[in-house]
Amino acid sequence: MSNLSKTRNPAYTPQDATPTRSFPLRELILFGVLLVAVLAVYAIMGAAYSTRMLVEAACYAILALGLTIQWGYAGQFNAGVMGFVALGGFCAMFFSVPVNDAFWGTALPGEFGRVLLYGAAAILLIVGASKLDRLGVPKPLRTFITVVLGVVLYLVVISQLREVTDAIEDQAGFVGGLGLPPWIGWIVGGALAGGVGYFIGHICLGLRSDYLAIATLGIAEIIKAFLKNSDWLTRGTATVSPLPWPTPGPAELGFTLSRAIYLSFTAVIIAVIFFLLNRAYNAPWGRMIRAIRDNEVSAAAMGKDINKRRLEIFVLGCILMGLGGGILGTFNSLFDPQGYLPLNHTFLVLVMVILGGPGNNLGTIFGAVAVYIIWIMSEPLALFLMQLAVMFGESAFGWDAPSNMDSRALQARVLVIGLLITMVLRFAPKGLLPEKIKSHS
Amino acid sequence: MNELVFFINNVVISGSVSGSIYAIGAVGVTLIFSIMRFAHFAHADMMTFGAFMVLLLTTAFPAAGASLGVPTAVLMLPLAMLLTAALAVGIDKIFYKPLRAHGVKSIVLVIGSLGVTLILQGLIRLFSGTGAQSLYVDDRKEIFRLALPFEGARAPIVVTEPQIYLFVITLVAVVALHLFLNRSRLGKAMRAMSDNPELAQASGINTHTIVAVTWIIAGALAAIAGTLLSLDVTFKPDLSFFLLLPIFAAAIVGGVGHPYGAVVGGFVVGFAETLAVFNWSVLLRPFRDSLPLWLELPSNLAFVGTEYKIVVPFFILVAILVWRPTGLFKGKVI
Amino acid sequence: MSSTTRPLIDARDVHGGYGGMNILNGVNMTLEADEVGVIVGPNGAGKSTMLKAAFGLLHINQGEILLNGQPIQNLPPNQLVQRGMGFVPQEKNVFPSLSVQENLEMGAFLKPQNVKRMLAQVYDFFPPLYEKRRQPAGELSGGQRQMVAMGRALMAEPSLLLLDEPTAGLSPLYMNEIFDRVKKINAAGVGILMVEQNAKQALAIADKGFVLAAGQNRFTDTGTALLANPDVAKSFLGG
Repeated sequence: MSNLSKTRNPAYTPQDATPTRSFPLRELILFGVLLVAVLAVYAIMGAAYSTRMLVEAACYAILALGLTIQWGYAGQFNAGVMGFVALGGFCAMFFSVPVNDAFWGTALPGEFGRVLLYGAAAILLIVGASKLDRLGVPKPLRTFITVVLGVVLYLVVISQLREVTDAIEDQAGFVGGLGLPPWIGWIVGGALAGGVGYFIGHICLGLRSDYLAIATLGIAEIIKAFLKNSDWLTRGTATVSPLPWPTPGPAELGFTLSRAIYLSFTAVIIAVIFFLLNRAYNAPWGRMIRAIRDNEVSAAAMGKDINKRRLEIFVLGCILMGLGGGILGTFNSLFDPQGYLPLNHTFLVLVMVILGGPGNNLGTIFGAVAVYIIWIMSEPLALFLMQLAVMFGESAFGWDAPSNMDSRALQARVLVIGLLITMVLRFAPKGLLPEKIKSHS
Repeated sequence: MNELVFFINNVVISGSVSGSIYAIGAVGVTLIFSIMRFAHFAHADMMTFGAFMVLLLTTAFPAAGASLGVPTAVLMLPLAMLLTAALAVGIDKIFYKPLRAHGVKSIVLVIGSLGVTLILQGLIRLFSGTGAQSLYVDDRKEIFRLALPFEGARAPIVVTEPQIYLFVITLVAVVALHLFLNRSRLGKAMRAMSDNPELAQASGINTHTIVAVTWIIAGALAAIAGTLLSLDVTFKPDLSFFLLLPIFAAAIVGGVGHPYGAVVGGFVVGFAETLAVFNWSVLLRPFRDSLPLWLELPSNLAFVGTEYKIVVPFFILVAILVWRPTGLFKGKVI
Repeated sequence: MSSTTRPLIDARDVHGGYGGMNILNGVNMTLEADEVGVIVGPNGAGKSTMLKAAFGLLHINQGEILLNGQPIQNLPPNQLVQRGMGFVPQEKNVFPSLSVQENLEMGAFLKPQNVKRMLAQVYDFFPPLYEKRRQPAGELSGGQRQMVAMGRALMAEPSLLLLDEPTAGLSPLYMNEIFDRVKKINAAGVGILMVEQNAKQALAIADKGFVLAAGQNRFTDTGTALLANPDVAKSFLGG
């Protein structure tokens, strides 16, 4: 008996169902400081710049919410946020950019479709071959046939595909977009990110959590490599711009106003996500998720389908990342696959979540805005400090500073992010606004 | 015949080169995993650090190797191994030990190691800049061309000096590790701790010592791998980026916590990579005339382009996680 | 061996448990050198917990434990091994991928100079282990594994050996063999404190028996006296 009550999850005790409402002093102070910081940035950097910063911070907040439900709610560590963000950005680009007649007006779409059909036929053939043992073919022979067939057909299809994509690149530049409203791209981007998340999660979530981190890190690099090198689809390093906005653009309303409208648009989306997440968190589903995180064994003993719940939460987080990536991509009005960096799009988001408070949505949003402001402001600050150091060094010791001092100063930000991660893990593992769970005692 | 030479140069040699690097890296990862039970993401950056130490030392004493007839960088390697081992122990003391003492879940240590990755990268870039630099500062990179004693084989087999050092040092390192783990008292205690940490403690084995020894070995091996890779190509501060996934794939393929498995896994991943980017069209070319007319040989018959090389370790990783998550040699910890 | 004024182990009013919750609520236990002590009692009485507490695997909040007159409560296990205590856990008590001989060598990790002499002695206690010395311990049967585990603990030349349910899950044949070995080890001058489910058999070889319930001593007497006690028999020995 004593054993049972020891391992039982506190989230399941009845008192927890009605969280005590105390005065949110901590929240008020932290958000007050944040407001002061935002106003200071407005005063120093001007309205257009500061509003852009806020929109970007809002997009990062969506990414951070995606990560906080994976890490905070369920203890899953996604080390490849960048990949899902890039997928969202790609979809935003692909759906909203104008139709490219140089591609659609030629025989190329037909050619491309033919190769896709070949691919589908090849897959069918291989799947068929893998079932040959039902016709009485011995298993080793079946495996041999399947592998050989797979290799040969793969090579055939891939070389056909290379020809077509090369032709597209030569004759049309790239396939262009679909000319649809951006929000369709955002939704598809979220769905695509969710699909990739399903694939990864399906493989890794039953295993040690470390494997999920490795696999997500890998898939992010692969997505980036694909987007960067598929010039026929994304123009690769040549980048695609401008991406149309769903709201009136700067050309019509000027920078500040158009960005402000985009900001309110994003804020509404965040509010909706925030509301839905809070509902889910306090619903039986959310309690179950946390029970699994806090004590897997007893949750399993209570008959919860752990892996299914984990997959749900992981896919949900990935969808949010794809969505946020789409909104961010559209706002930047530029699709540049090389602009997706693990540092900006994975680790910065991680810092936002662990600093703000994993599992606490309000804390996560606070973390996102606060960290993004620090991140943006650290660039001029780092340069300023570096120049000061160089000046001091030159005058005091006649030190001949290397010419690439500026780029080195920016490299130092990597160091700061790394230090921040390790420090927060050690000294404030629950973040500035910890998740509110009644602790055991 | 020339096609065969092309195959040897591009697959056999190049696969052995990446295989050796991955193997040494994966051994370190798997040892850390089996003793401390977490995936150490900063491992590839410890490799970069080791190579960077060699670069610094070689730049400081560029002519040191000439008197002994070896490249200065190779001469500096033992010193760099020492420094990297010290770094590894220091990192553990500052970053991982406090987390372990708090009894955190292993995934928190993984995140901590990502933080360490960024710190190391930032430091290395701050001091080295972002460009590529050769570790051959004052020496000349020897290239050996071995002509085949066959008629029609005009192209020679090409091996470079650092590649030969790489093969020899890899062999020495693996044999030394084998002897250490099976013959020495500390090595056996390390295996014991990886088997059953509680019982190791109950047997009076000082687990802090074992942890420190693990970091020393992992750090020294990382310095070897990073230096030899940088010798073969060039030193770059973002070297680690292309190493992380293959190394972890190799460790998992071999069975996590299984040092010999990691060696095998390293070569599996290395050869898989080179075979995947190899243009098979070249090997089929001699038979071009005997092929039926309707079958036109495309000029590029590689499985993946070099730009998609990273797909290969990922594919191997996914395949092994789906079909055999314990790895080829039945790793201990899943 | 030592004078009778100083018991081998003397636990006085031990309180302790996991995470602030006490499982032991005042256990007393005294064992002279050369004695076999057996702890019996119902499930959840704190039997294994008491052994773990003695071996420093569990925090003791109150009371003290003396080994040869020296206080040892809350010392880390590796120091206790140095002071002559050996512990054989109930489960996971071997290193499965290490060979039998390597398992034994690990037991003498702190006294490498003794390895040869002690190996000979342990193989003398457990002849089957000598034949299997090169085999990985993970491949052995349950009874042989128990022997490896006991042998490993003996390698450090302990004056007191703690055994946690050494016969759990073994066939009756092996069970008798293990009890035999325990007697033989004790005859060689090693004090033994063991937790046992097979209470009758264990008490039969015990110099002292401790019946625990709810983390406290219920009966403390010689083994034969406890076996003869009708109250003990009714409540704890299954009639």
